[in-house]
Amino acid sequence: MELKTKIKAEEGKQDLVITREFDLPLELLFKAFTEPEIIEQWMGTKVLKLESKKHGSWQFETSDAKGNVVFKANGTIHEFIPNQKITRTFEMENAPFGVQLELHEFEKLTDDTSKLTIHSIYESGMLRDQMLKLPFTRGINMAHNRLQDIATKLR
Amino acid sequence: MNLRRDVFQAIADPTRRAILLLVAAQAMTAGAIASHFDTARPTVSKHLQILTECELLKQEQSGREIHYHINAKKMKEVAEFIEPFRKMWDDRFNLLETVMKNYKNK
Repeated sequence: MELKTKIKAEEGKQDLVITREFDLPLELLFKAFTEPEIIEQWMGTKVLKLESKKHGSWQFETSDAKGNVVFKANGTIHEFIPNQKITRTFEMENAPFGVQLELHEFEKLTDDTSKLTIHSIYESGMLRDQMLKLPFTRGINMAHNRLQDIATKLR
Repeated sequence: MNLRRDVFQAIADPTRRAILLLVAAQAMTAGAIASHFDTARPTVSKHLQILTECELLKQEQSGREIHYHINAKKMKEVAEFIEPFRKMWDDRFNLLETVMKNYKNK
């Protein structure tokens, strides 16, 4: 099955662009990035803090089944324009990947569909590649199964 | 044996992913790795064994100690390298879509 998510990561560059079209109205797509309890469901992480506003900050944390913290990340929000744009920094704690600048752009396609573009800029091309090689680091999302569980429950 | 699939099974476990992250930052002894987890030492050893068997980690003797290193070559193979990253986001976004459709219908 073809994936709906596209990623553009050119060789030698220090950024990448993720794009995805959703079968959701723009407002619902945007809400999925601003409501902590919703983020927890699809990111599979715990939202310790999320201030969705300019100069706000955020903190996520993920634990394994035994309660060991296996992932921690934080950042600040530089721009917040409802239903349009979120610019934030992303830094994974206790990891050698530095900080990234992430520009999330939300667009309306039709009344029922919308598009998200995430432009991530890394400190260097080398750090970008290292992070891509450890794909699971971006959120160390809980095992796949857990996501499947949630999706099934919701169906 | 399908090695590639084994590699993905190896990284499906959150503790093993956490170990890879730790070791990616710097080579470490088994004891130093275990000290980062509340999990029993033999459990951590088992994880190290699995990661070493599928060549994600390499052991290197340094004096009397054995240090675990990330096997960059293998990690590259895992990645090949953007696909797993893309798959992860795609799964996540599919879930987002499901969660929000459900939210809308509430």
